[in-house]
Amino acid sequence: MTQKIPTGAERLVQALEREGVEYIFGLSGGAAIPIFDALVDSKIELVLVRHEQGATHMADGMARATGRPGVVLVTSGPGATNTVTGLFTAHMDSAPIIVICGQTLTANLGKDAFQEADVTGITYPVVKHSYLIKDPQDIPRVVKEAFHIATTGRPGPVLIDVPKDVGSAPCNAPFVDARDLELPGYRVPGRAAPELVSRAAELLRGSRRPILYVGHGAVISGAGKAVMALAEKLRAPIVNTLLGKGAADETHPLHLGMLGMHGTAYANKAVADCDLIFSIGARWDDRVTSKVEAFCPQAVKLHIDVDPSEFNKVLRPDLCIEGDARLVLEDLLPLVEPADTAAWLRQCNAWRRQYPLRYPKQGGLHAQHVLDRLNALTQGSAVITADVGQHQMWAAQFCRTTTNRHWITSGGAGTMGFGFPAAIGAKLARPEAEVWAVVGDGGFQMTLCELATAAVHRIAVKVLVVNNNYLGMVRQWQEAFFDNRLSGVDLEGNPDFVKLAEAYGVKGLRIRRPADIDRRLREARDHDGPVVVVAEVVKEGNVFPWIPAGAPITDMLIEAPKRKLEKPSGST
Amino acid sequence: MAAPERVAAPPAASDIHTLSLYVSNKPGVLVRVALVFARRGFNIESLVVSPAAHGDFSRMTIVCSGERANLEQIVKQLQKLVDVVQAIDHTGDEAYETEIALVKIQANLDRRTQILQIAEHFGAKAVDYGQESLVLRVYGSTEKLDAFIGLLRPLGLIELVRSGKILMARGLEQT
Repeated sequence: MTQKIPTGAERLVQALEREGVEYIFGLSGGAAIPIFDALVDSKIELVLVRHEQGATHMADGMARATGRPGVVLVTSGPGATNTVTGLFTAHMDSAPIIVICGQTLTANLGKDAFQEADVTGITYPVVKHSYLIKDPQDIPRVVKEAFHIATTGRPGPVLIDVPKDVGSAPCNAPFVDARDLELPGYRVPGRAAPELVSRAAELLRGSRRPILYVGHGAVISGAGKAVMALAEKLRAPIVNTLLGKGAADETHPLHLGMLGMHGTAYANKAVADCDLIFSIGARWDDRVTSKVEAFCPQAVKLHIDVDPSEFNKVLRPDLCIEGDARLVLEDLLPLVEPADTAAWLRQCNAWRRQYPLRYPKQGGLHAQHVLDRLNALTQGSAVITADVGQHQMWAAQFCRTTTNRHWITSGGAGTMGFGFPAAIGAKLARPEAEVWAVVGDGGFQMTLCELATAAVHRIAVKVLVVNNNYLGMVRQWQEAFFDNRLSGVDLEGNPDFVKLAEAYGVKGLRIRRPADIDRRLREARDHDGPVVVVAEVVKEGNVFPWIPAGAPITDMLIEAPKRKLEKPSGST
Repeated sequence: MAAPERVAAPPAASDIHTLSLYVSNKPGVLVRVALVFARRGFNIESLVVSPAAHGDFSRMTIVCSGERANLEQIVKQLQKLVDVVQAIDHTGDEAYETEIALVKIQANLDRRTQILQIAEHFGAKAVDYGQESLVLRVYGSTEKLDAFIGLLRPLGLIELVRSGKILMARGLEQT
């Protein structure tokens, strides 16, 4: 009796099982049928999505909620090209996702066969790495490499293109161990060179007004504890980037919240006045530095990054340390001495009292009020995903993140439509956690077809739709810089989102007045199943503080300006 | 008779860089490398890809033009590609460099001697004799080839093919 040799597709699914994959987000199609067929007998659960972009963001949300890669399976041609936005989003934010695409027969490649797209070609700039498998025997090795590359060093998306004949052919190639991989061009930095670590300790010793600037690298490496220990030892205040939220507890007395374009005024004041700024896995993004030449020019700058191509990219730090943020900080901690920062902390706290985040509680329903209450009710216990726009910035300001991987949003790419599917992925990965998606009416409509996915799979995500019937962030710019000539921002004609949710079999709730907020949020929290809460907020709320793009951070607007603003020099 | 080839003005010498890459011999590696240059607005002036001593790897010698300030980023981003084992900027190094050119030139009887004299001076060899044309093969540094071609151009250059520069670090230095 001979044992049946598995097909390439079966071998692929077995390899995924060996990687510990529990869910695959996918949408089927002709070229991918062999792989979907192999899933029938697998313990991996297929989450059938309604659009491939949604699948990528679900995988991304799952990856960011856990640190383990999310997996997507789509068909060739349009199925594969629909993943491009999700790959780009994951690439910009260093999220490990694996996108597996069906492809036309090997013999048809390059012949414009039905649903043939040159997917590896289309996606080169938005993946960390990619494969077009020509030989079925390569499947186990490619899967192992893909997971290794996606999750180590600076994580990122990896694409695997599988021609239909490769999936159908027999494959009995053995599974591979990560240590047997031959990737001579791939290096994963770990600990830093000791002399760089001692040099960092020396520079910190000279500082009286230090600040720790914490980015996504700290989240990814799990450096939170080390960041807090360093802050407490140095008595140094902490600020974090949009994606750095959660690495260090934002409610800690040394934490000044988010810095940058819509960061807190006190964070930005502290950054502008510090004598040393220490990037821990943050890349001096233009949302943070704005006008680079004017970005704390006097301060000593240190930068830890696992990706050396971030060094000297935006500015030239005094010291660059290549390594994993957590490992570097753990080596650094014993070398650091407490600094006399009492006067500096007094100053930071004075700013904190002088320029608190503020919003009106009367005159209609304000998004900030709803988010402030969401924060008060959940107290950092919920995983919050945010879409992109004004609501995202308000959520970042008011939902104070206390726990690593409790804050998920599209930062670098700014992908509208990300928030809701990301919450689905996060909820599946962490079923015990309360998961809220904070979305705007614009972004929600880009991926809301996934309400069906949430309903069918009973994925109990809570969606807060901040509805102002505008693409509000762009409207804010047009109001401030373009004489309020509104163009392409009016979403009048939005559907009734409560009825829409109900049409999908999802509970719908509405907040119209401030008095409704707590009641509706509680109702949503108590509901066992997916729920959409629509907050009908004032149409013309604006996000402050605000550093106009490209302006020096000292030009921050703390509230609505009385005079007309110059057009910003920054791009967006 | 073919029209003389038009050649664009070369960029300033300070913005010309020479990189050597040691890459895994995998499909797509050339595209990945080329995209790093394209994204930053660099122009690839010449590119030579050939098998390395070890058959699983290839060697790329790339001459590119663009702002010096951006080169550090380009080298790092090349280095970051999974299939790139090593990327080294050899600009200004003492590495041994060479290049081959084939030059097709109008060569009627009355001009032939003059052309062959220039060729001899540059160590070039006539590899094809026609009634009205000659093909010359010359090798050496980029500057030498530029000078040679510059002398021949007014005499009726018909076609020009250059191999692109290759280089090797001296002594036991790595290329």
